[in-house]
Amino acid sequence: MAMEQPRKVRSEFLFFALRNRKLQIGLAVLLFFLLLALIGPLLTHNDPLAYVGPPAHPPSREYWFGTTTFGQDVYSQFAHGLRSTFLVGLIGGGIGTLIGVLIGLVAGYRGGLIDEILNMFTNIVLILPTLAVLIIIAAYLAVRGILTESVFIGLTAWPWAARAIRAQTFSLRVREFVDLARMSGRNTLRIILSEIAPNMMSYLLLVFILQFGGAILNAATLDFIGLGPTQGMSLGLMMNNAVLWAALQLGMWWWLIPPGAAITAIVGALYVTNVGLDEVFNPKLREM
Amino acid sequence: MGRYLGRKLLIYVLTFFVAVTIDWLIPRFMPGNPVETMLSRFSLRADATEVLRSYYIRAFQLDLPLWKQYLNFWQALFRGDLGVSTWLFPQPVLGIIKRAVPYDLFLLLPAILLSWFAGNRVGAIAARIRWLDNTILPLGYLLTATPYMWLALVLAWALGNVAGLFPIAGAYSFALRPHLSWLFVRDVLWHWFLPFTSLFMVMFGGWAIGMRNMIIYELESEYARYLESLGTPRSLIRKYAFRNAMLPQITGLALQLGSIVAGALATEIVFAYPGIGYLILQAVQNQDYFLIQGCFLLIITGVLLANWTIDIVYVAVDPRTRLGMTGE
Repeated sequence: MAMEQPRKVRSEFLFFALRNRKLQIGLAVLLFFLLLALIGPLLTHNDPLAYVGPPAHPPSREYWFGTTTFGQDVYSQFAHGLRSTFLVGLIGGGIGTLIGVLIGLVAGYRGGLIDEILNMFTNIVLILPTLAVLIIIAAYLAVRGILTESVFIGLTAWPWAARAIRAQTFSLRVREFVDLARMSGRNTLRIILSEIAPNMMSYLLLVFILQFGGAILNAATLDFIGLGPTQGMSLGLMMNNAVLWAALQLGMWWWLIPPGAAITAIVGALYVTNVGLDEVFNPKLREM
Repeated sequence: MGRYLGRKLLIYVLTFFVAVTIDWLIPRFMPGNPVETMLSRFSLRADATEVLRSYYIRAFQLDLPLWKQYLNFWQALFRGDLGVSTWLFPQPVLGIIKRAVPYDLFLLLPAILLSWFAGNRVGAIAARIRWLDNTILPLGYLLTATPYMWLALVLAWALGNVAGLFPIAGAYSFALRPHLSWLFVRDVLWHWFLPFTSLFMVMFGGWAIGMRNMIIYELESEYARYLESLGTPRSLIRKYAFRNAMLPQITGLALQLGSIVAGALATEIVFAYPGIGYLILQAVQNQDYFLIQGCFLLIITGVLLANWTIDIVYVAVDPRTRLGMTGE
């Protein structure tokens, strides 16, 4: 009987997850772009930065997304850019979530002076405009890779997650089962890891999804300002190049539109997935 | 009230302190050397480079002990001395920024305020009309997921380049000289319309979704159900729900300021609109470090002032903060 319970809960989640329209749509879009990012670069032998074709050529059978002002293959740039987008989301969003969870859990569980200090720190970083901080860091980095960019994005993105998780922890730590664990003499770390964290798993997943999307948007803006990777290709960098080399004035829509459309679709799908998952985890929100 | 505002003020002062420290710290402790980067751009003879290097090191006071550099940095800041631009040498950074700020305010203030009011209204209406809800909700999610610059690019391409209805660069026509006349004012508004619209639309999506979700949450709450059971007219319950849902939206505005500013920077770059965003692009391309640092401080100061304004509004709107009933 005791073994039955978790499995039953899990299958109930699965039941609602498979029937949730928002979740279906969101995951389908994400899967599509993920596959495109994985397989896309293999379908072309053109290097994203090499000058391979006629300049400013509209989409054709040979150059699916056309070429840039210099004759670079836009499709190749797009496919490689998608890879960086997912990489930034995964690493930036991952680091942001991790720091947010650590600070939120410790502040919320310990309370008192530690909470005061951590909360003050969180509030300060929360007010600092993330992008302004990223601009000044990136401006002084002579060589920038997608990996360094992701790490810095993660390091500046955690405050709202920390605040949200702190609030959740606050409400969990006064529950009976946590009191029981404390009375039985378990140490703080064990209680946080084995009693509090598992009860927030669904919540942590939602936080990660939002951090993932936020990291992608931040990276796109940073790249667009011209502080993106100095090596490699990204969707934001494509838009930056397109604007700097007059794609707007020349009406080269095939260079302007696809990168931002992909970002919009991916981040939009993440938001829709998030709402869908929220409905699955939270019975109050289910409308079926 | 005093406690609430005092606590906020303490956080803002600390934040400013941290921001200035970051501004001072990063050029000095980042890998790579800005002085060398600047020198390499001139490609001078070796001995001339040496002279210029020692000049730069003295000019930036890199020969002083660190604590003294830090104190001097604060002193210069209070004198309003943000250094001299290398891109527009020898103009002081403060002067360049002062010329750009009015454009930012002209673009941002109407976009933020109008999208906030419109989004709240439409979101509240959407919560009670099913067909509107079914269109506003997906549209809202799509708009908030859109990177600001991409919507700007799409609008510039469709309405500017293809349809030819709006100009896509600058704050006014190059043929015109700034002066007070109907011709000039119309030209300025004409150039302002597309950047404003793209900012407005992205923000609108977020506020509409937020309000719609808050209203539904409020209508499910105990007080709304209680009023309903007493037979209170639905319009009155909705009015209470709206007023309660307003508070998180005001806090939300403060939390969103950072990403709104980021969006404005990107939008200005698309339309070559001569605000701080466009300035940062120029500074990045010309490796004008002082200008970048100046823009950074300006953005921080602007965000802190806006936060402070929102706090005062919040105190005026929410009586609980005045009675000291909420800590945060």
